[in-house]
Amino acid sequence: MAETMQFDLVSPERSLVSTSVTSVQIPGADGDMTAMPNHAPLITTLRPGILSVMTQKGTDDYVVTGGFAEIGDGLTILAESAMSKADLDQVTFDRLHAEAVEVAGTAKTSDIAGAVDEAAKLLSDLNALAAAAGLQTR
Amino acid sequence: MPNLKDLKNRIASVKSTRKITKAMQMVAAAKLRRAQDAAVAARPYADRFNAVLGALSASVGASDSAPRLLSGTGKADVQLLIVMTSERGLCGGFNSSIAKLARTHAESLAAKGKTVKIMTVGKKGRESLKRDFGDMFIGHVDLSDVKRIGYADAQGIARDVLARFDAGDFDVATIFYSKFQSVISQIPTAQQIIPATFDGASEGESTLYDYEPSEEAILADLLPRGVATQIFAALLENGASEQGARMSAMDNATRNAGEMIDKLTIEYNRSRQAVITSELIEIISGAEAL
Repeated sequence: MAETMQFDLVSPERSLVSTSVTSVQIPGADGDMTAMPNHAPLITTLRPGILSVMTQKGTDDYVVTGGFAEIGDGLTILAESAMSKADLDQVTFDRLHAEAVEVAGTAKTSDIAGAVDEAAKLLSDLNALAAAAGLQTR
Repeated sequence: MPNLKDLKNRIASVKSTRKITKAMQMVAAAKLRRAQDAAVAARPYADRFNAVLGALSASVGASDSAPRLLSGTGKADVQLLIVMTSERGLCGGFNSSIAKLARTHAESLAAKGKTVKIMTVGKKGRESLKRDFGDMFIGHVDLSDVKRIGYADAQGIARDVLARFDAGDFDVATIFYSKFQSVISQIPTAQQIIPATFDGASEGESTLYDYEPSEEAILADLLPRGVATQIFAALLENGASEQGARMSAMDNATRNAGEMIDKLTIEYNRSRQAVITSELIEIISGAEAL
């Protein structure tokens, strides 16, 4: 039997998932990573992407749009907003996309260094997410 | 002595008032359950978030590169008070106790020569602070259309507050809300959110984490979210407190109405008896006169 660890996915409004898992693929800000039991303690921020949770029963995919992951004794994902991959539809995606476009618009006028780059990255992350979920990209 | 018909009308009107307060109490009880559930459900996120943020700021906080949200602007001249109250009345002392706390706070700050700015959430607090502090208002958030408070509402408020902070509108921000203790006790609380403060409780057993990207980058990313999280937690606590306060206020009102009905009924019966007695005396004395 493979080793397992405790996994929690919590959003600000409620706790979504709490289960024991064999490994989790996390869309980290600097790239995807897979966390397995006894991973070294790590904190990373998330980019919009797909979170694959592998349990002994199979794989569940969730969509997260930001937040951070804390790997300690177990794995805790604190997501700004999270939903099951099956629940992501075109309407939700369009709303997220519109928000990102707005952010990109304000980034151009602000003088914070790197704001434009970050907004562009957010947009491309979202599009990659839509492609992975089989939705129409913008 | 009021006549019989008047008394009867009064009893009827108090009875219908009692029906209304009873209904409001039951509605508040149902809403309280939901508000409490929401507050409990949001707790894991806030707890974890604050633990991580606390550990991060403990390691980064001392350095000069710490973000301004954590270290502050170095001054405390301009104070922003964010006063959170409800959109509706009839909830006992709930709104007035928050407003009172904010009022004393604002007055003591003003006495120290600081500039006070006030932002209100919920129209009841705005109404009660308007007369004395109307010229200090810089913003108002209307939540009357919001049925269930979501994280997005808190994010909206946080975004507004952060934009003002970045623009240098204020140095210190404090939120005023009511902490839910029980149905009969809600504690008006003042909590400083900018610069961020953390309880030192989590420090003893801190694990050494790796950070990806750097500690500073994560902290800069998390602090604005921390503001939103704290505002969200305060909104939820406030929601539960409001319903708790309304429930006990309406419970009292229902009981008072019941007592009043009893008193009026006794008075009604007495005066009915008095009328009968005086009629009898009239008849008897009339018969004796013959």
